[in-house]
Amino acid sequence: MITWRALMQPHRIVLMALFIGMIIWCAVALRWDWIPQYAPLAIQGLWRTIWILVVTTVLGFLLAIPLGLAQAVGPWYLSAPARIFCTVIRGTPLLLQIWLLYYGLGSLFPQIPWIRGSELWPYLRQAWPYAVLALTLSYAGYEGEVMRGAFSGVNKGQLEAANAFGMPRFTMFRRIWLPQAIRNVLPTLGGETILQLKATPLVATITVVEIYSVSSRVRSDTFIVYEPLLLLAVFYMIIAGIITLMFRRIEKQVPGR
Amino acid sequence: MDLILETLGLAKSAELLSLSPPGWGSNLLRGLANSLQIAFGAFGFGLVIGLFGAYGKLYGGVVMRDLLAIYTTVIRAVPELVLILILYYVGTDLINQASQAMGYGRVEISGVVAGIWVLGIVQGAYSTEVLRGAIQAVPPGQIEAARAFGMPPLMLMRRVTIPAMMSFATPGLANLWLIATKDTALLAIVGFSELTLETRQAAASTRAYFTFFLAAGALYLIVTLCSGAVFARIEKWARRGQRSLRSGER
Amino acid sequence: MKLKKLLIASLATAVLGTNAATAEEVKIGIAAEPYPPFASLDSSGKWVGWEIEVIDAVCTAAKLDCVITPVAWDGIIPSLTGQQIDALMASMSITEERQKTIDFSDPYYNTPAVIVADKSMDISATPESLAGKIIGIQASTIHQAYANAYFGDAAEIRVYQTQDEANQDLVSGRIDATQADSIAMADFVGTDAGACCEIKGPVTNDESILGRGVGAGVRKGDDGLREKLNAGIAAILADGTHAEITSRYFTTSIYSE
Repeated sequence: MITWRALMQPHRIVLMALFIGMIIWCAVALRWDWIPQYAPLAIQGLWRTIWILVVTTVLGFLLAIPLGLAQAVGPWYLSAPARIFCTVIRGTPLLLQIWLLYYGLGSLFPQIPWIRGSELWPYLRQAWPYAVLALTLSYAGYEGEVMRGAFSGVNKGQLEAANAFGMPRFTMFRRIWLPQAIRNVLPTLGGETILQLKATPLVATITVVEIYSVSSRVRSDTFIVYEPLLLLAVFYMIIAGIITLMFRRIEKQVPGR
Repeated sequence: MDLILETLGLAKSAELLSLSPPGWGSNLLRGLANSLQIAFGAFGFGLVIGLFGAYGKLYGGVVMRDLLAIYTTVIRAVPELVLILILYYVGTDLINQASQAMGYGRVEISGVVAGIWVLGIVQGAYSTEVLRGAIQAVPPGQIEAARAFGMPPLMLMRRVTIPAMMSFATPGLANLWLIATKDTALLAIVGFSELTLETRQAAASTRAYFTFFLAAGALYLIVTLCSGAVFARIEKWARRGQRSLRSGER
Repeated sequence: MKLKKLLIASLATAVLGTNAATAEEVKIGIAAEPYPPFASLDSSGKWVGWEIEVIDAVCTAAKLDCVITPVAWDGIIPSLTGQQIDALMASMSITEERQKTIDFSDPYYNTPAVIVADKSMDISATPESLAGKIIGIQASTIHQAYANAYFGDAAEIRVYQTQDEANQDLVSGRIDATQADSIAMADFVGTDAGACCEIKGPVTNDESILGRGVGAGVRKGDDGLREKLNAGIAAILADGTHAEITSRYFTTSIYSE
């Protein structure tokens, strides 16, 4: 962590003064009169961004566990599909995946008339289920690869010992294997979550109203280009900072090796 | 061949993807060429920034180090999409204003150059970190020895540091190259006709969304797999003479 | 090292490009999306349509060396003010709001805005009839401004980056209606894909939002180019070129004083 003393070096004071000067210049010289009008919308958007981020990382991680396990120790008929899934997800742009899911599936609906009468239809009409699905699969694809390494990295001797004591296989997985694998990936998890945060604005292209799309709305309504984008960048930096701090705290609470 | 396609119900897709009109294949390939050109340029530009950035972070003055830390932190925390929009609009605007202030008139910035410069700046932040780690992994004795023989700094970089760090940097750089190819898709949002935008236009014009998106996905995947193979060879070459790191693993 | 060479080469092209651009080359921005029958990309990679032909005719009449430059619709005004393009001719209506940021030439066509919905839906173009419905509109258009002002209280407005995506979702049933330009929509409902839907009627005109026809946009104060474009538009209207192009695409005139 940066200490107070480290901040108080002369060149840093100059840098900070310059930085504060820049902020004051931005506040005075640029146009911010649109903020009060769009603030409620922005807060809604921010909430939606965080909601999507949390839901997709949790679901994605849950999906990554079987993917990693299948690749690490699974028989070929499980490990091959898992490996192909991870390769395809990691090898193609997320934007393309989102569009394929949303517009590709959308183009099928007119050919399947009964779907509009089904109970699922109110959800299929919304954009967010597609956004959540696409981002979840993407996170699972990247994290599944990481989990593969994490499962292989657990000391085999421990598993053999548990086996020798007659521990049931699932208990062994739950009490010994999984916790250690998660501890192995913990240092990378924060970074992966920030990458996921940076992927969320892409869902604005399929009409999900999150914080990025609010800035587009401001731009299209008022023709102010830079100010909403700058503010948006600041928002993302704050969220990324919070994620970093959160994972640092979690990491501290987990006992080391 | 035709018979096989017919039986699989793929005849229409094959027609849509054929290289000559009315097929859209040539449009997709032109988009792919644009994407690769930008990815290549941005990766190269990023490497140049990264090399200077890494040296600045390791050997630069205190101010330089702090500024570089701000650069890498900001770029890595803000979504590429937002950065692309800011750099795309602000960047060209600033360059034009600067050039007009100096009396040169307007600078033509083609879409490709704008794309390279925007993605290059993003890539630069990541390669700074990759290269910094790689340089740090070079045994300091080797660099000190070269210094002791009075090797000038540039030659030292060319003859000692870069060859020695290659093996440490290659996996990270391979990853960055893949990110570069995938990030070109984001330029579709600013209307640059790379593969993803060409795909969407073809799909929208023909209503064959699945055909075109899957075809584009396959193209991206081919690029990924091919570059994976190329980088594996580069890594093998960069590691020549070193003890294999993999043998101990399994 | 090869990469560096490539980079230097591309930078050199950029710099050399500066010198070459001293001839009177005018970059005309169009929206990088299919917008038939006005502008769309054909399978050989060429832009075709009514508006493309009009651009050619205007430039020939005004003796301008025009280069058609596709840019994203919702960034077309920033591209103009940021000097990536010199003028835009992308079916953009002349509105008071936009005139605060850019200048417009004289109009070269004008058409009403209409509501389109599924044939089976009993919808008319009134706020009462659209209450509780989902209306899809393209971002940064007069239709977005209009829908927000007139329908936004009672209906859900869903924002798309291109009109084509809104049309696609209308076909798939994800939205109930869309508001857009009457000619583009007449073309759409005439295609196989748009056969599900029909034009339900024009919306009540509000010139302060819907504007007074479509004109070419130029940067504020760029009167030289604006005058030239005006002269070109006047010339093709006077010598029958405009009518000739129109007759090849439409059965009725789409220009009125």
